[in-house]
Amino acid sequence: MAVKRTYEEINEKIRAGRAVVVTAEEVIDIVAEKGVARAAREVDVVTTGTFGPMCSSGAMLNLGHTCPRMKMSRVWLNGVEAYAGLAAVDAYLGATQLPENDPENKVYPGKFLYGGGHVIQDLVARRPVRLEATAYGTDCYPRKKLDTVITLDDINEAYLFNPRNAYQNYNCAVNLGDRTIYTYMGILRPRLGNAGYSTSGQLSPLLNDPYYRTTGIGTRIFLGGGVGYVAWYGTQHHPNVARGPNGVPTGGAGTLAVIGDLHQMSPEWLVGASFVGYGASLYVGIGIPIPILDEEMLRFTAVKDEDILCPVVDYSEGYPYCKPRDLGFVNYRDLRRGKVIIEGKEVPTTPMSSYPRARKIAAILKEWIQRGSFELTCPVQPLPSADADIVVHTLVEREARPDGE
Amino acid sequence: MVRHRIVCFFTAAQSEQPIIYRLVKDYDLVLNILKADINPQKEGFLVVELTGLKKNYTQGIRYLRDLGVRVEPLSQTVVWQEEVCIQCGACASFCPTGALAIKDRRDMLVSFDNSKCVICGMCLDCCPTRAVKLHFEVA
Repeated sequence: MAVKRTYEEINEKIRAGRAVVVTAEEVIDIVAEKGVARAAREVDVVTTGTFGPMCSSGAMLNLGHTCPRMKMSRVWLNGVEAYAGLAAVDAYLGATQLPENDPENKVYPGKFLYGGGHVIQDLVARRPVRLEATAYGTDCYPRKKLDTVITLDDINEAYLFNPRNAYQNYNCAVNLGDRTIYTYMGILRPRLGNAGYSTSGQLSPLLNDPYYRTTGIGTRIFLGGGVGYVAWYGTQHHPNVARGPNGVPTGGAGTLAVIGDLHQMSPEWLVGASFVGYGASLYVGIGIPIPILDEEMLRFTAVKDEDILCPVVDYSEGYPYCKPRDLGFVNYRDLRRGKVIIEGKEVPTTPMSSYPRARKIAAILKEWIQRGSFELTCPVQPLPSADADIVVHTLVEREARPDGE
Repeated sequence: MVRHRIVCFFTAAQSEQPIIYRLVKDYDLVLNILKADINPQKEGFLVVELTGLKKNYTQGIRYLRDLGVRVEPLSQTVVWQEEVCIQCGACASFCPTGALAIKDRRDMLVSFDNSKCVICGMCLDCCPTRAVKLHFEVA
């Protein structure tokens, strides 16, 4: 008889210490040995992991009130501005924000040695961070200037809230031009000199749950070394794309907005990043458990690198100037082996996301679940899936009149 | 033509004199100062790259030594900080000699073999966490 499980049944087994938990890599070998039906009967949970640069990340901070009080209109942490257009002492620090005096790309390519992502890592590492703020002063908030040093433990709420993480699949980036280019997919050498890619493939959360059957709003996850939740579908969530016969999208598709308390996260799993010529960012560690509700879920989690395709995209003209050119697809087995064939040429591959770290996240999450300290959650609401009919808009530009009409 | 990187150690008395000026003026050497810590009435050092005719270079170094300046050859070392490395593996695709390499594509772990490194510096720019550093060392 085909296996069926509920979230509650799986959680009871977790509480009893009897749940069978394997990683998304281990399940591949189990299926090869025992077949899908038997593997589905035996395995309760499959854990996934990814550790890559995720620019659409940031931290919401409540800095605490000063005396006299202050309605901070501009806020800087280690010289990096946090958005303060909120209530008096709330600020949102974005991962790609640069210090005020950063030379950026004025001396090309810029180094981008420090930014919002680095501040977030400094905060979770409990390093002292300089806090500066200015205000215009009101009757209820008279103070106008602040310059002090804080640590994460001094302030009130601090939560990571990342509007777009864990991209389900992504481009393989190449450079067809004649000069080296510096992109968010890394340094790309001219004339197909190398191919950048960024995903953990067969370990990646949304590649193991291609239709978001068990990953939805409210799903409890590993986030930055602590526990977090899926808050919403991520920005640019685009589920109705071309998919392979295994259901896996053959390009960028679903994304997640995630949230979690920064206080319990770790600098090992939130790491500031500098991309020469591009900017600063944040490496984020995410792991999502997938309950094996039935054989279909098991089959999804057994997906292999060789069965996941991604499109090759030119970043010299194709991407920046929106001139798509068909360069075909490559699979993650070849990307991970270090060489792919593009336009008949053997091209070395440059990973941006860390496969060893992704594997470690899946192992940590497995251990949490086996220990009984992490239970699974049924989504409060599913994410829009392949049948959602979401249209991706490019920005329409219209002539703006000075009177605003 | 030769090009060498050296470290010059000055005594407190020597640091008051225009020694480098003479090196340029009398020996026609092209100077590129990489690092310096010179203070009046204190000991100091200068890390400098000298380019010029081999004869001029040899005579210039002799001039420095005759003055009592200690001159040592400089070597650069690439330092891979394993604790800062997140094991993305980007460096391995740029390293021309396989000093930084992913040896086993199953575990994808990055390792560094200092003996293979030619200090080209490619890894410095492509590492997103700045786990690779260039150190100047006195040989």
